Amino acid sequence: MTMKKIILACTLVFAMFTTAFADEPKQATTDATTIQTTTAQTAADLNTQAAPVEKAVTPAPAPAPPVPAKKEIKVNRTITIGMFLVIVGITMSIVVWSAKRTKTAADFYTAGGGITGTQNGWAIAGDYMSAASFLGISGLISVYGYDGFNYSVAWLVAYITVLLIVAEPCRNAGKYTLGDILAFRTNPKPVRALAALSTVTVSLFYLVAQMVGAGKLMALLVGIPYKTSIIGVGILMVGYVVFGGMTATTWVQIVKAGLLMSGAFLLSLIVLFKAGFNPIGFFADVVNSPHIQDHVSKMLLKDGITISGQEAGQRFLEPALFLKNPLDQISLGMALVLGTAGMPHILMRFFTVPTAQAARKSVIVAMWIIGGFYVLTTLLGFGAALHVTPQGITQVDAGGNMATLLLAEQLGADIAPILGDIFLAFLCSVAFATILAVVSGLVLTASAAIAHDIYVNVIKDGHADQHQQVFAARITSLCVGAAGIVIGLLAEKQNVAHLVGLAFAVASSGNLPVVVMSLFWKKFNTAGVAGGLIVGTVASIFLVMVSPNMTYPKVVAAGAQKVITAMEQKQAELPAGTQLAEADAVALAKARVDYEKNKDGTSIMGLDKPLFPLKNPGILSIPLGFLSAIICSLLFPSRRSEEMFTEVYVRQNTGIGMAKAIDH
Amino acid sequence: MSEKKYDWLAIAENPKFKELHHKKTTFLFGWWIFSTVYYFLLPIGIAFAPGLFKVKIIGAINFGYLFALSQFFVSWGLAHYYAHVANKNFDTLTKELIIELG
Repeated sequence: MTMKKIILACTLVFAMFTTAFADEPKQATTDATTIQTTTAQTAADLNTQAAPVEKAVTPAPAPAPPVPAKKEIKVNRTITIGMFLVIVGITMSIVVWSAKRTKTAADFYTAGGGITGTQNGWAIAGDYMSAASFLGISGLISVYGYDGFNYSVAWLVAYITVLLIVAEPCRNAGKYTLGDILAFRTNPKPVRALAALSTVTVSLFYLVAQMVGAGKLMALLVGIPYKTSIIGVGILMVGYVVFGGMTATTWVQIVKAGLLMSGAFLLSLIVLFKAGFNPIGFFADVVNSPHIQDHVSKMLLKDGITISGQEAGQRFLEPALFLKNPLDQISLGMALVLGTAGMPHILMRFFTVPTAQAARKSVIVAMWIIGGFYVLTTLLGFGAALHVTPQGITQVDAGGNMATLLLAEQLGADIAPILGDIFLAFLCSVAFATILAVVSGLVLTASAAIAHDIYVNVIKDGHADQHQQVFAARITSLCVGAAGIVIGLLAEKQNVAHLVGLAFAVASSGNLPVVVMSLFWKKFNTAGVAGGLIVGTVASIFLVMVSPNMTYPKVVAAGAQKVITAMEQKQAELPAGTQLAEADAVALAKARVDYEKNKDGTSIMGLDKPLFPLKNPGILSIPLGFLSAIICSLLFPSRRSEEMFTEVYVRQNTGIGMAKAIDH
Repeated sequence: MSEKKYDWLAIAENPKFKELHHKKTTFLFGWWIFSTVYYFLLPIGIAFAPGLFKVKIIGAINFGYLFALSQFFVSWGLAHYYAHVANKNFDTLTKELIIELG
């Protein structure tokens, strides 16, 4: 029976790739596809939280900027698709191998608890570092300098919370899902239902953002059409999860983390080699680069600041070129630092190891990989700014998302042209593997919540045999994956940039408070779980809906109005009979259209302008989540919950009576 | 799955458990607060002391860059310090407690 499934999976994958190839010839007049984009959209999708505040960084039609030859990203399709197929091949063999070992619910959800600390550490890193980290952060550094690096810090510091507060207690007190931890001393049915709902919400937000990003990235890189990419990625992720469960997902994540680290390491080594292994010289080169100096002075000119030369170069290493609102940054920091520890797909990883010691070790291994990657990112980002130039990078993608890829292409080609192709193809396949690893983890987490919490424990009252449980988990994964594909297809034209930030906001304001209090606070109870989860989640979502992340037509109209006034004034100043320059006339016509289209519009929430001034709701929604969890617990005290606290507390501290995942 | 029955209250009253619990709580929350405060010095510092972040330390490398970089080393250092203390003290205490309970 298992063999049948495997054959089915392989057929599906082949079907998908034949479609990919079948769609190709449209564009494939040459072997190398040339893609160029200047939309800020892709940037926004990949950069997630750091969604460009600026509109496309248009290198204004300034007098002859020293821009090098027009930059393009040339992907060698044969090599790239070949490497993609290698990755698909490797991951499919993983699935075949793990399908044989996936017999019980514990196998499916937690790989039977048989993952070692080190393996789990690599898997956490693979699960956590999305395309946004891989391409987005080095891109931010290459365009905005210091702020990009600064932005990456919180992503590592977040793991201190995971390490000290949640990893070991969760391993000791939990079994498969967030619901298991929360339902321990509360009324299990409503709590499990709520926990599952919250898990599915967070995972879907994250999943949709990843899927849309994946579709756009594949289209941009290899020219596979958006819809084909989404369906292809979707089929692969469903295949991994349905047949291989946690074992396959874990190993896909480990392979991805390995590929990512080797790519980053190799590329950094070349950058360092070029700098003569001298970091001081490297930064001096950055400061002295005329391209960077010019780029910075243009960026600041928009704010009415005039600097040039070395001063401008040095400014690239100083804060506030990108993250201009400190309060927003603090709010984002809070969501990241607390949200990571409340992310269901991260929590779930701790159920795959046999002991608290292994959970501890896995966080430390993950911290070295993740932190090491971000430190290397500095080299990649500044290296790209130095060698590819910010002008070249923003020409290909306004948000800088292609910086790492362009750097690889250029540094490789400097050695030998074919090496540039291979290096670029390798990094494209790392991006491909990254997407697959992250989305599989999310699908598995969401399905575990539905199958284990809702189906087995709420509907079947916990009475389901192993066979039924695994079957339910597989069907749910299929449905969640299908939902992910459908939403991904529908969301093609939507701006999903705020969704990752929203996922972190919900995780930090809804999930984290209730997880921490379940483990550490005696008086916590069912009402507290409900209050914390509902208020934290609703507050985060509401605040984002009324934040500047949304589009406010009246604000757009006001901007257009300014352009109209400026252009009309310019026209009036011209001698009678002369027309505006063509570019100006076009801008004027566009502004008029924009104005008419937007002047009477309102945002999704019917607002003229944002109600909440920050893009990141954490600073308000996190305290709200904690407060409502506390207040609700105190308002509706429960003796049973208090009495059972002793048991939870002893369990989470010592691991005594731990649900043995290895038990079949 | 047959689970052994434990007298949770008795374990909670056990002096070994009390010692473990006390040591762990102090360590975990204390260091968590330290790391959080250290991290938030970064965005808060940028907001209120931007001049400090621009002070050049080595060549073009400024305080801001070194401070952000230090966050990584502080996090790694703390992680290893915790692992060291947990492996040495907390795990030993837990083992002794489990042996005592039989």
